[in-house]
Amino acid sequence: MIQLPCPWCGPRNVSEFRHVGEAVPRPEPAVATPEQWRSYLYLRRNTRGWTEETWYHSAGCRRYFRLSRDTVSNQTRAAGGAPR
Amino acid sequence: MSASEPDRNGSSNSAHNGTSNGASGGVRNGLPGGARNGSVPSGAAVPRSARYSAFSLFKHGLRASEWPRAWRTHPIRDSYDVVIIGGGVHGLATAYYLAANHGITNVAVLDKGYLGGGGSGRNTAILRSNYLTPEGVRFYDRSLELYRNLATELNFNVMFSRKGHLTLAHNDSSLRTMHWRAEVNKLQGVDSSVIDPAEIKKLVPYLDTSADTRYPILGALYHPPGGIIRHDAVNWGYARAADALGVHLHQQTEVVGIETAKGEVTGVRTAGGRRIATGTVLNATAGWSSLISDMAGVRMPVQTSPLQAAVTEPVRPFLDAVVVSGTLHVYVSQTDRGELVFGASVDPFTSYSMRGSLDFIEGLAGHVLELMPGLAKMRLLRQWAGLCDMTPDYSPIMGRTPVNGFYVDVGWGTYGFKAGPVAGETMAETIATGQPAALITSFGLDRFERGELVGEKGAAAVGH
Repeated sequence: MIQLPCPWCGPRNVSEFRHVGEAVPRPEPAVATPEQWRSYLYLRRNTRGWTEETWYHSAGCRRYFRLSRDTVSNQTRAAGGAPR
Repeated sequence: MSASEPDRNGSSNSAHNGTSNGASGGVRNGLPGGARNGSVPSGAAVPRSARYSAFSLFKHGLRASEWPRAWRTHPIRDSYDVVIIGGGVHGLATAYYLAANHGITNVAVLDKGYLGGGGSGRNTAILRSNYLTPEGVRFYDRSLELYRNLATELNFNVMFSRKGHLTLAHNDSSLRTMHWRAEVNKLQGVDSSVIDPAEIKKLVPYLDTSADTRYPILGALYHPPGGIIRHDAVNWGYARAADALGVHLHQQTEVVGIETAKGEVTGVRTAGGRRIATGTVLNATAGWSSLISDMAGVRMPVQTSPLQAAVTEPVRPFLDAVVVSGTLHVYVSQTDRGELVFGASVDPFTSYSMRGSLDFIEGLAGHVLELMPGLAKMRLLRQWAGLCDMTPDYSPIMGRTPVNGFYVDVGWGTYGFKAGPVAGETMAETIATGQPAALITSFGLDRFERGELVGEKGAAAVGH
């Protein structure tokens, strides 16, 4: 079983959460080029290893939060806590 | 290790170096005798002496002699015309069709593990062509046609059973999608129709079609040409046939780098520290495809998620069709050995982990019992996971990339195994001619720039 550390509710089963995905900054729509917008929509690093991502605690506090996760072992750490 | 190469193997090497030349490039082979299009004569790939048949079984039985290895191992050459990364059904089929249809035999298939050890050996082996978009239907129907004649073509028993395929609808919106798919299928000449619960009950008597279940069955998309096949046999059959035509299969050979110069591929580096010179590289690595594309500097709109499956103990045959329920996130079929094979949707987050989860097995068991309560006493034997490279529109990414000579056959998501033969055939044509084959022109990487996505999510067996 995989548990995720919700910053407000503590460790909970992963089935309570919705995976929003890799944290990608949203470009300013008014000035973004089509290429920038396309990469914001579709391109992800799809890292094998530690990655920073957004999760939504849909069956709990219903808040969004950042998390570091190893996509191979599914170990998690608080946002920015990935080993360098 | 065979020290002496078969002569048809070496003959094509010196004549042309196989680098792709420019935009119209591709690996051209000048040998007029080699190029062959359309259907392949039965078992053409395997020399007469090594063919499998009832007679050869009898002969081997009498002599108690060892069967020859289905494919050989070779020392890695310093250079190949085409290097295919990924020894699954896509890579092996591409290698086979390059040799069989286009006479390009100086080809290496590299795999970091063993042949068919990724998605090609982890899928639930269901074949169908009842897709949602006309592009998808045409493409997968060609695959089904190739699968139908595969045993003869490869001289390998791939155990294709045309059982019929049922996609259940439990609510109005999925029933509407089933009608939509049936009409698109009919227009493309594919046999699909929507049937009512009484007809479903006749096809699958053990299914609970009563109206008082939690998710009553309202109807189903019935697709008689669908069925199941033995996926290992497909991998091995392509490997054996490609090997017989002179393709080199290198297992346990991980690619750690792709070398490019001036926007062209020049070679690959392996984990063993070897450099292989080549002008053409095909990425056919499914779940790992974005990692391989990154090596060539090509970014892919792909995210990797595991998909889990499970199998029960064998029981007597009782389930004659493939049954799929999108609402209940499950598909069921019974193998020739009597086991029930269950599959589900991809795990709800990205991961490269291939560990099974308790969540999955719990949900799966509950959903299967909603469909067939009679299975309550069956025991599961094992569960496993494979990696799916999901694209934003659930259609594959095939063809050329901005790097000349670097081709991709990726983004298969949950549809990869069904497409194996047609992907091999069309990628071989694309590599040989340098132009995308007619069936895959809509699946190019540039569709994301043009905004011309091919939305195939509605044809997913189960909701993702």
